[in-house]
Amino acid sequence: MTTAAEARRNSPLWVRWLLPKDAPLFQRNDAVVGWLMAAPALIILTVFLVVPFLMAFTMSFTNQRLASPNPAEWVGLRNFERLLNVQIFSLEPERDAAGHIVYDDGEIAYPRLRSFTRNNPDYPHLDGMRELTSWQAGENRTILLAADVVFFRALINTLIFAAVIAPLQGGLALLLALLLNQALPYISIFRSVYFAPVVVSMVVVSLLWRFIYDGQNGLLNTLLGIVTFGSFQPVDWLGNPYTALPAMIAMSAWQAVGFHMVIWLSGLQTIPTSLYEAAGLDGCGAWKKFRYVTWPGLRNTAVLVLIVITIQAMGLFVQVDVMTRGGPLDATQSVVYQAVQRGYAKQDIAEGSAISVILFVIVFVIAMAQRYITRERN
Amino acid sequence: MKKAASLLVLVVMLITVSGLASAQTELSFWYHGAGNTAEGEVFQMIVDDFNASQSDYVVVVEDFPQANYNSSIVAAAAAGDMPDIVDIDGPVFANWAWSGWLAPLSLSEGATEGLLPSAISEYQGDLYAVGLWEAAVAVFARRSVLDANDIRIPTLDEPWTADEFDAALEALQATGEFDVALDLGMVWTGEWYPYAFSPFLQSFGGDMIDRDTYLTAEGALNGPEAVAFGEWWQSLFERGLAYGTSQDGADRDTCFIDNRCALQWNGNWAGAAAAEAAGDDILFLPAPDFGHGNIIGAASWQLGLSATSEHPEGVNAFIEFALQDEYFVAFSDGNGLAPPTKDAAGLTMNYSSGAAMEVFYELSEAQGLVRPVTPGYPTMALIFEKALADIANGADVQDTLDAAVDEIDQDIEDNMGYGFEDM
Repeated sequence: MTTAAEARRNSPLWVRWLLPKDAPLFQRNDAVVGWLMAAPALIILTVFLVVPFLMAFTMSFTNQRLASPNPAEWVGLRNFERLLNVQIFSLEPERDAAGHIVYDDGEIAYPRLRSFTRNNPDYPHLDGMRELTSWQAGENRTILLAADVVFFRALINTLIFAAVIAPLQGGLALLLALLLNQALPYISIFRSVYFAPVVVSMVVVSLLWRFIYDGQNGLLNTLLGIVTFGSFQPVDWLGNPYTALPAMIAMSAWQAVGFHMVIWLSGLQTIPTSLYEAAGLDGCGAWKKFRYVTWPGLRNTAVLVLIVITIQAMGLFVQVDVMTRGGPLDATQSVVYQAVQRGYAKQDIAEGSAISVILFVIVFVIAMAQRYITRERN
Repeated sequence: MKKAASLLVLVVMLITVSGLASAQTELSFWYHGAGNTAEGEVFQMIVDDFNASQSDYVVVVEDFPQANYNSSIVAAAAAGDMPDIVDIDGPVFANWAWSGWLAPLSLSEGATEGLLPSAISEYQGDLYAVGLWEAAVAVFARRSVLDANDIRIPTLDEPWTADEFDAALEALQATGEFDVALDLGMVWTGEWYPYAFSPFLQSFGGDMIDRDTYLTAEGALNGPEAVAFGEWWQSLFERGLAYGTSQDGADRDTCFIDNRCALQWNGNWAGAAAAEAAGDDILFLPAPDFGHGNIIGAASWQLGLSATSEHPEGVNAFIEFALQDEYFVAFSDGNGLAPPTKDAAGLTMNYSSGAAMEVFYELSEAQGLVRPVTPGYPTMALIFEKALADIANGADVQDTLDAAVDEIDQDIEDNMGYGFEDM
């Protein structure tokens, strides 16, 4: 049993300076030491995460500008209404004087939507809204209108991005990890090669992939041309609204796959080899070993990888900023890109904050749901 | 006794030193172009000359990379730590003046005489910034290419009409010798879009905002003229006459030099390289006239006074000192920039009569139209940029312009008219 005095004598200099002379620190007050140890991280988290979030939350209910001589005012839920307001509107066909439907090239002709959404005193609730999507309902055309189409596109793209990249990137990373988890000569070279893109800044990777995806003489088009003996028609990968987001997903998965490969590898290496040997003795093939030994052993790793990839994906920004700036035709808008664009570039920090708050709620819900779905069931 | 004496000496020395320091007031000057050695050197020369010319003030330059310059100013303004002398990109000055970051300049009478109007930035009747150079945009072309395709070489007095320009593009594209007939520089996102492309819209008869009131874009940006511009703009890309928004940055830099694009819409800063590549064949042509005059964007980087400066007389003295032909010529010769006065233009290597880029000075003088002078400009510029990119990518012209108008009007309303009316 050491006495307080002995503990004091043995403790580092800074502890002796910080604490009163005969504090029986190490016996009775471990909590103090604990808080002291956690303090640097806590302070940094508070200053750079908690406080800014609380500020953003507060600002999202005001009309605060980044720079303005006008004082900020409380505006209640205005920012959220502007972002989230949606309406369903049924567009009736155009009819001639006799009341018959007008056809244009065999298709039903409709009046222009803008005649209802712009300065039409009969439809004040539609003013300034735009079409998000529409479908045919009998002879009418039903239109889903949104006050902020760009924000909804950003939201949808971000969710698609996350939904596709989580299994894609996690699965590829697992495949690589399984391939590299073998005692082959020079295996560490391969590990380094696959890990290399992670070390390179996303900005640089994005710039490089812009050249790879170039529609005129990009590497990918040239390569596909060679492989198919010239029968491949060059695609403007980032310039085409249909290929831009998939191209961005593929490139993002490639960039980050090495990081999650390393996490999978560390998980794989915690599985005792004796289990594999036992399974081998029981006559299990490669697939059964994976199904009944490897996969259960990777459970916690899988949860971690899934949640980390999803949260990172929801923060999609750099690729968009460097490669497409949200285009073409909003095909690659992302929520964070819109938050930065509006809050900073357009100087509407209140609206940018409102977007951040919405994103926070979505990420929180998704993370909790994932946690619930992947919980231990005993 | 000895100790007391040495103490006294020390005190005297301290007083003398601090006295010397306070005799000269330090003025800080933030410069946006770190890494641009030619331009930076001229600024350093002006600063050295000014410091040597009088004994009241010492100007100290701090360099910032251009990409981060505006955000540095925003951060400095928020922290109340602005430099005395501020470097400002032309179209942004009204926003900074309105935000209360800039104070009006009080230069002596006639100090700005002879300067191009676009080098003098006034907002609500006060002078806030002056430019030491101007920039101009032109259609880069090769005489041999135009001659071979029987295309008339336009002049300032007789620019291409809309039909002529369109026919020329079609003819050049039809030769099959080029990737595209026209390179607009769609890869240069940001300020290039409003700077280089809003003049087309203005020449069609539209604008980014109604310049009578500065309170709405309705009619200006979505009226029939603007829609006509939008249809034409979209058709350029539909017909494959120009590189689209996914253009490769390298193509922008080299396509004209390598003869892969027949015409290029580019600025005077790229003129020297093009002239070197094409030699005597080079032509810098004025903007086409789409019906309401041939117009190019105007106003480049300028100097102003921060509102928090404690020594406005010093800053005014420095800016007035910088307005000398000698320095205009130095900027022009060093960095290819167009000088802001006719006298200086005559003295430069590139813009004097008969020199390769002489035409740029005339372009600035004859065609220059400043971007809308309103504090709402930075936001408006981004909205305009997105609308043009979307239209180029095939979005419905009228709907896209309507949406842009709504967003601009909403922003103006949110900011209580940006000072253009009492609300």
